[in-house]
Amino acid sequence: MDLATFAGSLGLDAITPALAGSDNVNSSELLGGNEVKRTPTEANGNSSGPRIGVFICHCGSNIAGTVDTSKVREAAEKLPGVVAAKENKYTCSDLGQDEIIAAIKENKVERVVVAACSPRMHEPTFRSCIQEAGLNPYLLQMVNLREQCSWVHSREKDKATEKAIDLVRMGVAKAAKLVPLEAREVPVEQSSLVIGGGVAGIQAALDLAQMGFKVYLVESEPSIGGRMAQLDKTFPTGDCAICILAPKMVELARHPNITLLSYSEVEEVTGFIGSYEVKVRRKARYVVEKKCVGCGVCADSCPVKVDNEFDMGFGKRKAIYVPFPQAVPLKYTIDKDNCIHFKTGKCKACVKACANEAIDHEMEDEIVELKVGTIICATGFDTYVPMKRGVYKYWEYQNVITGLELERLLNASGPTGGHLIRPSDEKTPKRVAFIQCVGSRNKKIGVNYCSRVCCMYSMKNAQIIKEHEPDTEIAVYYNDIRAFGKGFEELYHRVREEYGIEFIRGRPAKLSEDPETNSITIRAEETLLNKITERQFDLIVLATGLQPSEGGKRIGKILSLSLSPDGFFMEAHPKLRPVDTAIDGIYLAGCAQGPKDIPDSVAQAKAAAASAASIMAGKNVKIEPLTALIDESLCVGCGLCEEMCPYGAPEVFESDKGTKAKIVEALCHGCGTCAAACPQKAITANQFTDEQIASEIVSALGGIGVTAEKAKKAAKKAEEA
Amino acid sequence: MEKGVDLEERRPIYEPKIVAFCCNWCSYAGADLAGTTRLQYPTNVRIVRVMCSGRVDPAFVLKAFSLGADGVLVAGCHPSDCHYINGNEKAAMRGTFLSEFLEDAGLEPQRFKVEWIAGSEGQKFANIVKQMVAELEALGPIAEGCA
Ligand SMILES: Cc1cc2nc3c(=O)[nH]c(=O)nc-3n(C[C@H](O)[C@H](O)[C@H](O)COP(=O)(O)OP(=O)(O)OC[C@H]3O[C@@H](n4cnc5c(N)ncnc54)[C@H](O)[C@@H]3O)c2cc1C
Ligand code: SF4
Ligand code: SF4
Repeated sequence: MDLATFAGSLGLDAITPALAGSDNVNSSELLGGNEVKRTPTEANGNSSGPRIGVFICHCGSNIAGTVDTSKVREAAEKLPGVVAAKENKYTCSDLGQDEIIAAIKENKVERVVVAACSPRMHEPTFRSCIQEAGLNPYLLQMVNLREQCSWVHSREKDKATEKAIDLVRMGVAKAAKLVPLEAREVPVEQSSLVIGGGVAGIQAALDLAQMGFKVYLVESEPSIGGRMAQLDKTFPTGDCAICILAPKMVELARHPNITLLSYSEVEEVTGFIGSYEVKVRRKARYVVEKKCVGCGVCADSCPVKVDNEFDMGFGKRKAIYVPFPQAVPLKYTIDKDNCIHFKTGKCKACVKACANEAIDHEMEDEIVELKVGTIICATGFDTYVPMKRGVYKYWEYQNVITGLELERLLNASGPTGGHLIRPSDEKTPKRVAFIQCVGSRNKKIGVNYCSRVCCMYSMKNAQIIKEHEPDTEIAVYYNDIRAFGKGFEELYHRVREEYGIEFIRGRPAKLSEDPETNSITIRAEETLLNKITERQFDLIVLATGLQPSEGGKRIGKILSLSLSPDGFFMEAHPKLRPVDTAIDGIYLAGCAQGPKDIPDSVAQAKAAAASAASIMAGKNVKIEPLTALIDESLCVGCGLCEEMCPYGAPEVFESDKGTKAKIVEALCHGCGTCAAACPQKAITANQFTDEQIASEIVSALGGIGVTAEKAKKAAKKAEEA
Repeated sequence: MEKGVDLEERRPIYEPKIVAFCCNWCSYAGADLAGTTRLQYPTNVRIVRVMCSGRVDPAFVLKAFSLGADGVLVAGCHPSDCHYINGNEKAAMRGTFLSEFLEDAGLEPQRFKVEWIAGSEGQKFANIVKQMVAELEALGPIAEGCA
């Protein structure tokens, strides 16, 4: 059986004239017919088809430096239906857009092809542009000459030009088949979901609440605050982290427009911009939030002591606990895994202690359903965990710790009250080394990026140690110092010149421990001195980098967010839409989008809040009409679409013409999976119809393989169908 | 397939043509990223954008082959990363079925591929195209009578 017969047996070609037909291959040519004579104004305009305008962008030299755009224009002029083909230096500029508008009016253009950058970049721009000229915005087809042609074939100019011509031919073919569509207007819920209660999430929530929008903040931990709450002081200014964060945390909890859902997880998100439906699991705290006053009598009575995660395992907490004294909400939580009652059924010491009867071991998780118009994802970062049996012996030597562990050991409300000790003997270390770029800028472990905060936090902590114990010797082993922010370079000079901190350029090759003193010798090549040195220290601090958070990964799957190569969430455009995602109504803030410091996280949070507000400020929002439609006259009611659709949008029903299916537009996300499955080809996937895609395939292959005979057969079949 | 002549060696040059169906959210974005990072790959591929790999009707693939494509690539999001929950699973299902059929019809398995390419995997996109072009060059044109 050959392919054509097979296609036939599947019912794929005969029923689908578009697929069988030779569409945009100039059929009169293929069929050996006479060229239709056209009037000059029509150029190649096919009197039956729409009049097409093609606009080819040079993008400065981005495209024109590789692709011979005048050749592309000449080829475009000859394509069926094309009545105007123009080149522009920058099509997206005001000038470029004006030229499109003028050309549309002058040539009575009905379909527009813009051959420029990726549609993921400027499709909205050109849609509004052609709308301004009076066309339906969906009568635009973009051809990707930059990301998918000139930039990837910059050493093969001729072939890139050939490919560009093919791509334009495909675009023109599809454009000829485009039909006007109307965007759906849906009402916007005046509320927002903020996921993650670090400094970024807190700021975004406060800004939105201040503007009058209802905000739900979901935090998976028992308290908001994120990583900043764990820090001691903050570079470059040395402000106390919790002193500047705690007031914001309190304000958030008290704000009448904010509902704080701590110790909760987002489980499911459905819907669209304007009306997302969200299911949140409120994990059982085993303490009734309304009744708990945060007095802590319960914890005093609890016999179980475990490592406190918040103190990076250096301090202890009880099985009923708040992670840190300034926690918000100041409500206790029972850690089920360590509670004796959950293990043996015997204890309940806390229950006896609590005068408010706030403790309830029978409590169960609760599901809360929310409806929001926009979502801000601020799920932050995790710090890199050094490798087992790695060079830096984090798991083997007690006196090798990470930067975040050091923060807790320097913190006045930390496990040591701010006195720096080293873990092996709890003595004050007199010689401290920082090792930079651990888990950053390391191709071997697949982390190519710079974590942006480690140089500065090591300097900050070196300074704090010197302030505590001025006679400490401190050395920083680094590759490059990156002190790019406001006040950073100044801090770098200060710690070197005023605090006498030594900066050693070179990656340590080997660490070895003196079994008696537990002090550690670092062997390193000092590249500025060009010699190998061995120096001994009492404490080693690894400046571990920032990584995408586990919590973020969970949310990424739920929201279907794209990731950048570094694993952090990808913004819609790195420069112009830095807090938007590819999904309308979902925004990013803070380290969820990539490593950054507190000022940048806050700035981004404010931007995300403003972006979300700009949507919610309107009553309605437009949704792209990329949905599917069923032609009931073709539908036989087999129900395959219903089975295939991930959203339950198609509905089989009984009508007087028999069993039929229809698509509930509000549920349809426009993936087109149903259209691919329908054996009757009864389904139109808007903007990606069978006919449109088929026309692209045909022209991609330049009509090669379509022999006159084949085309004749196909046309005949189409006629019969 | 296009034919030309290599002037130095005076042997016909075979330029395989690949039609790639890429989903908007992952693989098309991956192809865009290959561009923004200026990765270089052969010019033989023509991308058709669809919203989801689940949109790819087997008929599109067959049509491409019957019109002279030397290879067809269907690219979607990684399993469980589909923007539309599980459209890629449907693409995988159809892919398996198509591969079997195409092989029965006499086409070499290298000619049809279903691949998962994330928006962050510009390098993977470029590599797949490179590899596919190399494989198709080695195979040569589709034998008469197949398509
Ligand atoms: C050792 C160290 C020292 C630093 N020192 C400084 C400094 O001195 N100055 C400075 O400017 N910056 C410093 N930084 C950087 C600073 O910590 C970050 O800029 C800041 O914490 C980023 O805030 P965020 O809200 O984006 O993320 P985070 O602080 O990580 O907060 C994210 C929050 O989201 C929550 N979350 C995660 N997943 C989910 C989920 N699925 N559902 C619900 N909630 C979730 C987390 O529990 C957390 O509360 C330092 C970083 C480190 C590691
Ligand atoms: S798959 Fe097609 S024929 Fe079957 S019910 Fe759905 S629309 Fe009707
Ligand atoms: S296009 Fe996708 S979401 Fe819409 S009905 Fe079809 S399968 Fe469902």
